[in-house]
Amino acid sequence: MISIDNLSKVFHSRDGAKVFALEDVSLTVGDNEFITIVGPSGCGKSTLLRLVSGLIQPSSGSVAIDRTIVIEPRQDTGIVFQMPVLLPWATILDNVLFPLKMLGRDVTGGIVKARHLLNMVGLGGFEQKYPRELSGGMQQRAAICRSLIHNPSVLLMDEPFGALDALTREEMALEVLRIWTEEPKTILFVTHSITEAVLLADRVVVMSPRPGRIAEIIDINLPRPRTFEIEAHHEFQKAAQRVRGLIFGNRDEQQTSS
Amino acid sequence: MSSKPPANFWRRTNMGQDVLLPISVFLGLLVIWEAAVQLFNIPVYLLPAPTVIWTETVAIASTIGNHTLATLGTVVVGFFISFAISLPLAVFMTSSPLISSAIYPLLVLTQSIPKVALAPILVVMLGANELPRLVITFLVAFFPLVIAIAVGLLAVPDELIELGRSLKASKFQELYRIRLPYAVPFIFSGLKVAIALAVVGAVVGEFVNADKGLGYMIITATAFFKVPVAFGALILLSIMGVVLFQVVVIIERIFFPWSAANQENTIA
Ligand SMILES: Nc1ncnc2c1ncn2[C@@H]1O[C@H](COP(=O)(O)OP(=O)(O)O)[C@@H](O)[C@H]1O
Ligand SMILES: [Mg+2]
Repeated sequence: MISIDNLSKVFHSRDGAKVFALEDVSLTVGDNEFITIVGPSGCGKSTLLRLVSGLIQPSSGSVAIDRTIVIEPRQDTGIVFQMPVLLPWATILDNVLFPLKMLGRDVTGGIVKARHLLNMVGLGGFEQKYPRELSGGMQQRAAICRSLIHNPSVLLMDEPFGALDALTREEMALEVLRIWTEEPKTILFVTHSITEAVLLADRVVVMSPRPGRIAEIIDINLPRPRTFEIEAHHEFQKAAQRVRGLIFGNRDEQQTSS
Repeated sequence: MSSKPPANFWRRTNMGQDVLLPISVFLGLLVIWEAAVQLFNIPVYLLPAPTVIWTETVAIASTIGNHTLATLGTVVVGFFISFAISLPLAVFMTSSPLISSAIYPLLVLTQSIPKVALAPILVVMLGANELPRLVITFLVAFFPLVIAIAVGLLAVPDELIELGRSLKASKFQELYRIRLPYAVPFIFSGLKVAIALAVVGAVVGEFVNADKGLGYMIITATAFFKVPVAFGALILLSIMGVVLFQVVVIIERIFFPWSAANQENTIA
């Protein structure tokens, strides 16, 4: 369980001005819950994920995972960025095994799991290839395998499909759902796609900028397993409409106030 | 790190275009040179014909061979000293912005000193032996290398560093598991520049003070108007430069094929 309590983060920009990246954000995420986070650029989505990962520390408030306050990166957290950032000198297999090596765990013992993960995302047979020999989508699949190799119970994904084309994106979304079904874990998933957000989530967190806040949390009561056919579902339409309203409503406000 | 050369190891060696074409152009130029010298009766101290250079150089083959080895020694040792100092220096420099801003101006200062002017002073300071030559070689070669390595160490994407930190990497692990390997292609571009500069540095050192070496040979040969021998030494220096450069290229291809391949992608 992740408990985010009155979390705030202030950055000091170089000219001394304060940037209120997050202000007073509270959210409780249950075990194996799938949370998606949407909101305009700069509303603190990445900051929220980095706080949960322990890469940065809050200005006030706290993040706790399983009742332990996060003060540094934890071994049971996996991260996927927008860019795959694979190691160019390592094969795909070695890239997937990289976290085990860094954490000082049994690398040879992880090979079976790595192969299993690669097979699951359709990269079976690419183990000995180098990243540059793979397309962007394939590299991102490998990066997802890398984030899962050490069996994290929390997976943080920051716009993981942001750099992919629309078709690959849809495929990948379904793949993430499949992985989550096969290996349940708590997922915080940042996206710019409203469709993606509703399709994947148990709950969609909509954020608003300046200061970064949670505008609303929307429960998605759609049956699982889900495919893109569910887009036609009345409930889906309603939720997507609501998210859209929150985001664009926000924009209108900004326009009138500035 | 895998050291198996990729299947396309020799792919770039397209015999027709990459080897035969430049060789025939080169031979063609030699023929024109030879013909011009014969035709216009150019005196040998102005421009010796290729055949004259060849015969006069071959005539003293064993002497010139010793001189070549002497220069080669200075170049290679100077080059290794440059690398051995540049690598830790670049790591140190990039470890914090503060250290970098403290050291960088000093490095630039060393580069603004004309090495040719410094050479005689170094001889006085360090004595008439191999040492000043090595120091000159080092001073000429190391700067681009430090810069290349430092740029490489800083070129790692932020996300990769964050990934390392999220996996609880220590500063040392971050360096040798992420930053250093990431810098390998940069290090090799630096090494390629450095090896060429090391040849220049060694010759400058030999010009100022030496009793052997190809630079010394050029000085003495020209003093006695033995221009063909000076040309022979010059050609040997060029060949040495090309061969050493290729050695660096081949070492990269064999031990870091992924790095060489990445560079091929960007150059070719
Ligand atoms: N390291 C930092 N230093 C200064 N400002 C930052 C830093 N990281 C983020 N910010 C600022 O905080 C705000 C939120 O950023 P971010 O969390 O990246 O937003 P998002 O991911 O939603 O686009 C932005 O205004 C951004 O400029
Ligand atoms: Mg972001």
